[in-house]
This record gives sequence, C-alpha cells and structure tokens, in this order.
Amino acid sequence: MTSARNRELLALVPVAVLLTAGFAGVFSQENEQLGNLSLIYGAYFLAICLATHIYLRIRLPDADPYLFPLLAALTAFGLVMIYRIDETLARDQANWFVLGLVLFALTIHFLRDYELLERYRYTIAIGGLLLLLAPRLPGIGQQVNGAYLGVKVGPIAFQPAEFTKIAIIVFLASYLREHREVLIVGARRVLGVTLPPLKHFGPLLVVWGASMFMLVFIRDLGSSLMFFAAFLALLYVATGRFSFVVIGMLMFLVGAWFFASTVPHVHDRIEIWLHPYSDPQNTGYQILNSIFAQADGGLFGKGFGQALINVPGGGGPLLPAAQTDMIYALIVNEVGLFGAVGVVLVYLLVTARGFKIALLASDGFSKLLAVGLTSVFAIQAFVIIGGVTRVIPLTGVTLPLISYGGSSIVANFVLLALLLLVSDRARREAAEPAGRAAALGTAS
Amino acid sequence: MNRQIVKLFGFIVVLFGVLIGFTSWWSVFEADALKEKNANKRPLLEQQQIPRGRILAADGTVIAKSMPKGRGAGKRYVRRYPEGSLFGHPIGYSFVKYGDSEFEQFHNEELIGEDSEFKSIVDELLGERQEGNDIVTSIDTEAQRLALAELEEQGFGAVVALDPRTGAVQVMASNASFDPNRVPDEFSKLSTDEIERPLYDRATQGQYPPGSTFKVVTAAAGLDSGAITPETTIDAPGTLEVEGTPLQNDFNQDFFGAGLDTALTNSVNTWFGQLGEQLGNDTLFEYMERFGFNARPAIDLPEEAISKSGVFAENDELLHADDPVDLARLAIGQERLLATPLQMAQVAAAVANGGELMKPQIWKRVIDPDGRTVETMDPSVYSEAVSEETAAQLTTAMEGVVTEGTGTNAQIPGVSVAGKTGTAETPGNLACGGGAEENQAWFIGFAPADNPQTAIAVSIECTPEFGGDVAAPIFRDVAEAILNGRE
Repeated sequence: MTSARNRELLALVPVAVLLTAGFAGVFSQENEQLGNLSLIYGAYFLAICLATHIYLRIRLPDADPYLFPLLAALTAFGLVMIYRIDETLARDQANWFVLGLVLFALTIHFLRDYELLERYRYTIAIGGLLLLLAPRLPGIGQQVNGAYLGVKVGPIAFQPAEFTKIAIIVFLASYLREHREVLIVGARRVLGVTLPPLKHFGPLLVVWGASMFMLVFIRDLGSSLMFFAAFLALLYVATGRFSFVVIGMLMFLVGAWFFASTVPHVHDRIEIWLHPYSDPQNTGYQILNSIFAQADGGLFGKGFGQALINVPGGGGPLLPAAQTDMIYALIVNEVGLFGAVGVVLVYLLVTARGFKIALLASDGFSKLLAVGLTSVFAIQAFVIIGGVTRVIPLTGVTLPLISYGGSSIVANFVLLALLLLVSDRARREAAEPAGRAAALGTAS
Repeated sequence: MNRQIVKLFGFIVVLFGVLIGFTSWWSVFEADALKEKNANKRPLLEQQQIPRGRILAADGTVIAKSMPKGRGAGKRYVRRYPEGSLFGHPIGYSFVKYGDSEFEQFHNEELIGEDSEFKSIVDELLGERQEGNDIVTSIDTEAQRLALAELEEQGFGAVVALDPRTGAVQVMASNASFDPNRVPDEFSKLSTDEIERPLYDRATQGQYPPGSTFKVVTAAAGLDSGAITPETTIDAPGTLEVEGTPLQNDFNQDFFGAGLDTALTNSVNTWFGQLGEQLGNDTLFEYMERFGFNARPAIDLPEEAISKSGVFAENDELLHADDPVDLARLAIGQERLLATPLQMAQVAAAVANGGELMKPQIWKRVIDPDGRTVETMDPSVYSEAVSEETAAQLTTAMEGVVTEGTGTNAQIPGVSVAGKTGTAETPGNLACGGGAEENQAWFIGFAPADNPQTAIAVSIECTPEFGGDVAAPIFRDVAEAILNGRE
C-alpha cells in the first residue's frame, strides 16, 4: 500500500495542473497570447505545496493524505478567480496563502499535544468572544455593509469571526466531552420532550446568547448562523439527542424572529431575501444580480475571464463584492453549473475526510474537535453559497479558501492544522495493535 | 458518537444537495425566465460586447454598423446609422439603454450571431468571441431616398414598394422619420412628440381610410366570385340613397349602363356601392381576408410595429362578416374601414402577381462573419387572393385609370402602368390640426402592367389635394427609380 504521504504528493500534481491551466485560461483571455507566466505561477504554487508536503512528511507522517491537496485545490481555484478580477488582489491572496501555511506549520509545531487546548478552554473561549467585540471598539473597528466585521490596527486588518469560530469549536468540543454524559443521563422528559438538565446547560445557553449577541450587536447574521449551526451539530454528535437540536433550533428561530422584527439590519436582510424584486435597483440589486449572473452561466459557463463584473463604461459594479461574498455567483457564471457542482463536491469531500478523522479518533475530545472543525467549515460554505443562491438570506461570510480575504485563508489553514494533528494521531493509533490504542485512548 | 457523525454527514450531504439544486434552478431551469426580467441588464450589456452585424441596403449601402468604444474588458460596441433618418423606418434602432425596435429588434438573433444554438456552444467551449451576422435587405437606396424626399414635400405619409413576384420590400418610407443616431440623446423628445410621432412607422402602423383604392378589392371580389364579368353593366346614378344617406359620385355624374372599366376609370361610387350590396358581407369579407385584411401582414417586423387593417368598431375591435356593416360604403373604402399603406401595397402586389399574394419581407440574405451567405430569403405565398384571369381583368381596368381616368399623373413614358387613386375625406382630423379641408390621398398601382416588377402604395395624410394629384406623382417617380435601378 502506498503510504499516506505518497498519496498526498500524487494528489498535489493535479492541483498544480489546475492552477496552471486556470491561469493560462485567464491569460489567454486577457492578453490574447499565452506567456510562460502561468507556468511560473504554477511552479511557484507547486513549490510552496511541496515544501508544506515535506514538512508534513516529517511532522505528521500518518495524517490524512487528501485534506491538504483538497484545500490547496480550493485555494488555487480561488487564486485564479481573484486574479481574473484584479491582479493586485490575487497577489495579496497569494501572500496570505503563504502566511496561512506558516501559521499552519507553527500550529503543528506547537500543538503536537493538542490536549493542551482543553486545559485553556475557558481562556480560549473568552479570548474568542473578546475578539468578536473588537469591531465595535472605537478606533480599530470597521463597519462593512452595516455589519461590524472587521478590525484594523495600523496596516493590519482582519475579521475576528474567522478566528473566533476555531476558539468556540475548541471550547465546545472540550466542554461537551466533559459534560456529554451528564447531559444525556440528567435529561428529563417534560411533556414528552426530553430536556437537558439546566445546571449543565448553562454554558450552552451562553453560546446561544453569544450568537444572539452577534446578531444584534455585531449585526453579523452569517457568522451567527454559522456558529449556532456548528454548536447544534456538536451537541447532537455529543449527546445523540435529536430533541436537543430541535430545542436549540427553536430557540434560534425565536430569537432570530424577535430580532428580525426589532433590529432593522436583520429585518432588511430577510426582507431582501423574500422580496428581492421590490427594489431591484437598490436593496435587491446584489442578490438579483447574483442569480442573473448564474442564469448567464448555464451548464458550462462563459469561460474564465468572460464574466461581466462591472457595467462597461464606468457604470459601477454589476456583481457587487464579486471577489468576496459573490464569488460563487462569478464561478457559476464563468465555469457554469458543472464547475460549481465541482466546487461544492470538493467541499463535500473535505467534509467527508474531516468526519473520517472523527470516526477514526479514539478519544472524545479528538472526535468532537474533528467534527466541530469540519462542521464549521462545511456550514460556512453552506451559509455563503446558500446566500448567493437565495436558499437563505445573503450574509457576509467568506467562501472558505476561495473568497478574497486574509483572515479566512489563515484561519482555515490553522483549522486544517488542527484537523491533521487529530488525524495523525488517530491513524497511527488505528494502525497499531488494538490493545495499545485503547490504553492510549483511556490515558488521554 | 460514530453513529451520530455518520448521520450528521448525511445531513450535510442533503444541505449541499440543496445548494446544487438551487444552483441548477437559477443557472439552467429558470435561466431563460431570468434573462427576460426587466431588472436584468446583463443580456443587453453582453450584447453590447458583441460586434452586432451590419444591415445593408440591396446596393450595399451601409444602413447600420457597430463601432468599437473603449478597450479591454470595458470594450463595447455602439450602433451607428450612416444614412441618418433615411432608413429610420423600417430599420429602427438598437441601443442598450433604449432597447431595439423594428427591423433591428426582429432580426436581433441573427445580428448578434445567436442564430445557431449548437454553434454558440462550440464557440463557448473554444472560447471564441461571439460575432454578429450581416443582413442584406432588399431596400432600394435611391428609391427610398426619393420616396422620403417627396413625402417630406407633401406632409406626413408613407410609401411602400414591394416586388410583387417575391414580396421583397423595395421601399418603406415614412414621414416623419427620425435619425436613429439621435435616439440615445433625444429619446424622450422623439417618443413624446404627439404631432410628428417620428418613432411611429406610418407605413406599417398608420391606419387610414383607404377611400377609392379599396374599389380594387371590391372589383376583385365581384369578378372572382362570378357575381360580375368585365362585360356586366350596372346603372349608376349620380346619387343613390343608401341606408338613409345619399351616396354620391364626383360632380354628381350619372353612369348608366357602365361596365367595370368605366366604373374603375371614373371611380364611380354608386356603381361599386351597388356591387358591394350585391356581393354581401360574406363574399366581401372573404376577399378582404384573402388580400390580407383582418390579420397582421407576415412581414419581418415585430408585432408592435405592425397594425391590422379592416373594419373597426368604436372600441377598436375588428368587425367580421357576421357584424352589421354598411356594405355600399364599405365597398368604396368608407364605413369604418382603415388600412395601412403596407396593406394597400399588398392589394396592388397580389393583382400584379397574377392573383398570388406573397409574404412581404425586408431581409434578403444573412452573411456570416466569414463572408458566407448562410441564409437566403425564400419567397413564400401568403394567399391565392384571386385567379389569374381575375387578376388580368383587374389589370386591364387599372390600366384604364392611368391612361384616361383619375390616375393620369402616374403615367411613365414608355411603361404601361396599372393603378387606382383614392381620396378619403378626413375632416376635423385632430392629427392634422382639425381643419375641414383634409383628405387622405392615396395611389396604389404597379408597373410595368404587363410584367410587374414593383407594386407601390402611396398615402398622404392631411392634404387638401386628391390622390391623383399628390400621391400619383410620387408613385410615378418611385416606380421609375425602381425600374431604372433594375436595368
């Protein structure tokens, strides 16, 4: 059998080819001549990936072989799409990709014993929540489209929600690992509904409160939805009680409904979602032009570099925020339904590999951590693609690794590092004699 | 926990399935409907990036072309009309902000090169830029120029010339016309001018009482149905009481024992009034429909640019054979009968072509960007209006009109001409300013009578003159220009 790392190496080749071909496509479109620049970019990208691969070969030889190539593929695809919108943005994105890989390596280096995270779970949770508050602080906070999403300190700007999502997952995984038994055993049936014990449920109510808080105070409907859905996913996996999930959903819906009728920003988002045609030139412009761009893509798309992003002759944007929120609409426009399904399938494959890691992991924290990180990644993709395709209200989260945005790229490579750390141990233990694996499992 | 993880994965698969479902819905199933939405400017903006094909006159004169503006991704094409208002009608305009009209609208798909679904998919896969096809029309530049210039001297009106053998449109001039180049700057002025109505194509949309030109249809119905022969005589007194109101001939002249030739040459109202009553509703309406009344002419223009012709009730609805009408007045082109110049040109063309009415068509050939002719207009028959024998008898009668009757101004030296004048009184017409001495002057006819190459209708609004005085000379000049162009 080929070793995990050899399979990873093989999987990286098509990724580099994809990137090279993508750049070649964009170049041929824009310059009407094919330089060797696309080959150079492809080579750079492959070199960076190879360096990462060699690092993984040394540090995590048994980790899942497909996750890194899959995430690299998403990044490569994103780079091509962003390059096609704006060269300088693509250069930024490439730099962040490198920075992300550095943080990826550092995470693997310093968190080899990731149980350390459990010890600092409250610190991590509070730190994460404080980060969320930062955008409301005067001086460093930034408001984007009515939501307080960004922080800017000097030249460095970032979106704290991208990092908070990892902190919250770490906290929840650890907390639920410890309390899952009592949550199950202590549950009581009231009026035929299984309710969790109140005493142990307090901290979880805090999570609900935090997501409601995000809705109102940060005005970030997307992150709020993403956090809470990841929380419910973890709660379900930890307790196996579907009724908890139903109760949680009801609580979220009641809260969201209440705030939708009281907070104008949330109310507007939902109104636009339900009735985009009521003001097509103004509030409905973005979502309508998203679906118009998709309609224009059809089965095969218009080809790389062919989409209209701005109204020619200085008429303003035709697809507002094409490089961030709307990048999926641009993908459908340029590579069509087939290309978009390909992208969704890559996200699904990442999810499948992430859950595979959770299945293989022997201890509760590892399992829950892997499930949580994977879920939050998948849900983030769902929230933004769902927003762009009008499945749910449009919000401002990034399409993981494809959208333009440094915080997103860096945070997602840290997320990948944690997943691979869990995977490396789980696969090594699975490969070793059962007795020893079990002993190790109880020891941790 | 593993069982829950597997279930959770199943749930995420479902969620992603929903995403694929919605993406398919927007990008494929609902795509066509979305492209039609008013809020969707994308199709128009994209069309602007395609070099729209040229429109050419029969002699190669460029009627419309696309000029590049800007560079790179912002590159777009803007329509230019080198001949200005000469072809304002029937070609129309095409601009992103104001959309398309008339010929530009009807032939949009060929002009932007979307005529072949398969070809465009192949081009997309090859990444080739879409390019439009050129269309050559059958319009005769010099005859069109002459027609518009002469109309401008007489006032509002229209000239339509068809090749009776193929239906090819040789001239379609409407005054007031407009310069399509001015549409982007002056659209609101052009579209709200209620007096000149420059965007209104009087040749295909203008509905006017046809007056005596309609007697050709009545005569055709009489001959072809067997009700009369050229030898049948009818006593036509100077005045005839019809439905309580007297019907009069010009100068109240009596024509006792008159045959068809005499009746048509002198445009005897009481003769045709009696023939109409003899024919009855069913026969008269049947022949009207054979000549194209009660239907939109099958010309290559968008529906909203073509009006129907027929007898209209107060509520603008078309009347049919089973509706009560004053047959005697209908037979001489009065009653509530309204006809477009195109419709009356079809009447002349059907008689000219041995009774066979061809569908009128403006386009002649589609030429792809590589210069290959990809499509050629295939003449097709609209109806067998009358028999060849009837057509020959009508031609003889119509020749009399030009040689010795009301239409002598239509004579062309050395060419036999067949025609019919018409003058409908339209007193108090608000469109003309509401004066009492206003006529709709007509001439329809074809030449050469023995080998017709052009069939023409001329119609002038709001004139104090008669059809034979203002319309017949325009017919003569336009017909001469077309026949000379053919030599």
